[in-house]
Amino acid sequence: MNRWIEKQRHLIDFTASSLARRKGKSLGLLVVYTLLVFVLASVSLYTHALRNEATRVLAGTPEIVLQRLIAGRHDLVPPGYVEKIGRMRGVQKIEGRLWGYYYDSVLKANYTFMVPADRNIAEGEITVGPALERSRGLAAGNGISFRAYSGELHTFIVTGVLAHESELVSADLVLMSEADFRRFFAYPEGHYTDIALWVANPQEVRNVGRKLIDALPDSRPILREEVLRTYASVFDWREGMMLALLSAAILAFGIFAWEKAAGLSAEEKREIGILKAIGWETGDVIAMKFWEGFLVSLLAFLLGYVAAYVHVFHFEFALFAPVLQGWAVLYPSFALTPRIDGVQVATLFVFTVLPYTAATLVPIWRAATTDPDTVMRS
Amino acid sequence: MSRPSDRVLGFTLLAAALFAATFVDAALRRGTHEAALQRTARLAEDLRLSDPVLFTEARYTRHPTQADLHSAFQDHPVAFEHFPSGSLLPPPALLLDRHEPLDREAAPSD
Repeated sequence: MNRWIEKQRHLIDFTASSLARRKGKSLGLLVVYTLLVFVLASVSLYTHALRNEATRVLAGTPEIVLQRLIAGRHDLVPPGYVEKIGRMRGVQKIEGRLWGYYYDSVLKANYTFMVPADRNIAEGEITVGPALERSRGLAAGNGISFRAYSGELHTFIVTGVLAHESELVSADLVLMSEADFRRFFAYPEGHYTDIALWVANPQEVRNVGRKLIDALPDSRPILREEVLRTYASVFDWREGMMLALLSAAILAFGIFAWEKAAGLSAEEKREIGILKAIGWETGDVIAMKFWEGFLVSLLAFLLGYVAAYVHVFHFEFALFAPVLQGWAVLYPSFALTPRIDGVQVATLFVFTVLPYTAATLVPIWRAATTDPDTVMRS
Repeated sequence: MSRPSDRVLGFTLLAAALFAATFVDAALRRGTHEAALQRTARLAEDLRLSDPVLFTEARYTRHPTQADLHSAFQDHPVAFEHFPSGSLLPPPALLLDRHEPLDREAAPSD
């Protein structure tokens, strides 16, 4: 065993010296390779953590949200619906939700205005989300005016800012009283944006959903399980433009690595010829080249992964966030909880380390099995 | 540390130690984030929120679960979707589940 280890160390000695002789080329390869792993691992870690976080945070979302649709579009729930649903068997609790969007032309940003179910907000006062506090420079006690769709200017006093830690769900919220909300959007009395309802028996949620469609054919129930399913799949890392764009980079690297690994240079061929002429066995030459491919790809994987981890969980995915933001002016700034999927890391390892290692071996095996004289002369 | 293999293996071991450290760091950070995550989940539950704030630029990307299938193409007939974040979000599965069977079952008009 000791002899075997000593032999492998000598082979690594030789490989390291050979790489050091081609310093620029070897370093260049390592840097490009590390960058590729960094980008892939960043996207993968970020989406996995975000998917987990979204699923955890939304676990308590209403069991059913009922919308009313007119001509395929979301419309206000008219008076009478809440009472009608309240009489339905299996429905435990029912609430009309009041929320809507507001475009702030000062900041060119969209806010979500909402009447909270859990707190009373006095008329003329609002509680804002952390992104609003940041981008409009608001603080408790400040006044802010919004121009309603009717053209009137409404002034509110900010009485509180939602906690920064909850930014993932609350960044763009503006919480206000029901009276203010109805006045601001000119919402007719008794109308709601949609209805949230809870079912006594969790097994009955689907049945209640079906009964709702039967009783109110113009309605669309959205079940909690569907919301969670949507978010479980929305950030699937195989989807999305980012990976589609990345595929070009992956392909370019594939060509680069294949060219580097598979096409032996004349110098390398001569080296193999000389090694064989002085008594190296084919197995030794292959082992030496295996170490070269394996060490380069392993190092690139480790360094790229560590850099990606730091980027995603310590620097909030700063390099790629602009791609995800699109045209949005308000964007939540949140530190994700690191959730690392072992299978995902293993997949990344297999797809980055193995192909390169294998690609280095094939041409070497071909060159190492031919006659040293032929190899040196070719 | 004079042999090249010692240097290479030493560097690889260092990188491997950093790799292992990311898992330790992740476990520590999970511990410190847990309470905040629970408070956030509580806030989402109390305010009856249905979607995280991922993209605020369009209503169907701000609240993908509450959108209808047509909202991405709402501007005029045969309009293209024009918000960049729409490319990052596939249509919610629940919308497709309902619209696809309808599409198959609906008889074409004469």
